[in-house]
Amino acid sequence: MARKRPEPVQVVKQRRDAALNALVHGVPYIQFLGIDFERRGDELTATLPFDNKLIGNPILPAIHGGVTAGFLETTAVIGLAWSVLWDDIETGRVDSEELAVGYLPRLPKTIDFTVDYLRSGLPRDAYARARVNRSGRRYASVHVEAWQDQRAVLFAQATGHFLMPRRDDGADG
Amino acid sequence: MTPDKSRIAEQFINAIPHCKALNMKLTHIGDGVAEMKLPYDLRIVGDPETGVVHGGAVSALMDTCCGAAAMSHPSSPSGTATIDLRIDYMRAATPGQAIRTRAECYHITRSVAFVRATALDDDTNAPVATATGAFTVEGL
Repeated sequence: MARKRPEPVQVVKQRRDAALNALVHGVPYIQFLGIDFERRGDELTATLPFDNKLIGNPILPAIHGGVTAGFLETTAVIGLAWSVLWDDIETGRVDSEELAVGYLPRLPKTIDFTVDYLRSGLPRDAYARARVNRSGRRYASVHVEAWQDQRAVLFAQATGHFLMPRRDDGADG
Repeated sequence: MTPDKSRIAEQFINAIPHCKALNMKLTHIGDGVAEMKLPYDLRIVGDPETGVVHGGAVSALMDTCCGAAAMSHPSSPSGTATIDLRIDYMRAATPGQAIRTRAECYHITRSVAFVRATALDDDTNAPVATATGAFTVEGL
C-alpha cells in the first residue's frame, strides 16, 4: 500500500501556528493580561509575563487572585478549544487558510470554575498547562496547573466545566 | 465596622494595582458585607464577536469583593488571602453594562472566613454569576 508522503515540516508548523494565533490573538482580555502560548506539537504552555498591573497585594507583593483565576481560565478555554481544533485541522475538517485570514472558531463557554490557591503568586512570570479530562459533544471537564520558578511547585490549580460550542457537522446538531 | 476601619479598607482596595487597571470601585463596605462595581471596558472582552466580558475579569471582581467582605467582618483582625474560590457562570453579562457584585462573609472562625457573592448587571432579576469561597483569617 502506498503511503502518503509527509508534508514539509514548515507547512505543518505554519498551519498549526496560524490556528493557535487565530484562537489566542483575537481575544482582548488575553492581550490585556499579556498571556501568550508556546506550542510543542499539540502541547500548549501558557505564559503570563509579570507586570505591575497584575498586582493584587502591593505589600507582599503578590499577583491578584483574580489574575491567577483569569490566567487559569484562559489556559483551560484555549487548551480545550485547541484540542478540538487540532483534530479538525489534522483531519482537514477545518480549512487552515480560513483560520489564517482571521476566522475565529467559537470558544467553549465556562459553566463553573474553581481555583485552589496553593501559595501566593510571586512578582515573576507564571506558566500554566491544561489537561482535558473529558471532552464530550456538549460538556467538558478541564484541569489546569500553574507554576512559577519550579514546575513541580504549583502556586495554583483549577478545575472547570465548559459548554462546548455547537457543531454544524453533526447529524444531531 | 468603625467609619475609620471602613475608610482604610476602602483606600486599601481602591489602591490595588490590578483593581485600578480594571477601574474597579468599592461602593460599600462594613460588617462582613462588601459591594463593588466593574465598568464595561473593551479591553476585558472575552468574546470579540459578542463583546461579552471575559470570566477572568468577573473572577477578579468577585475575588476582591469576597476578600473585602472577609476583612470587614467584625471578627477579622486584619488581612486575608483566598484559599479557594468557585465561580458559577449563569449567563453572559450584557455588553456595555457595568457589573456589580455584593459579597457577604456568612461565617468566620479563628482561621477561616466563608464568603459568598452574586454578580449582576442592569437586569437585577437574573444573576450573571455567583461565587463561594474560603479565605484565610490573618492574625494581627
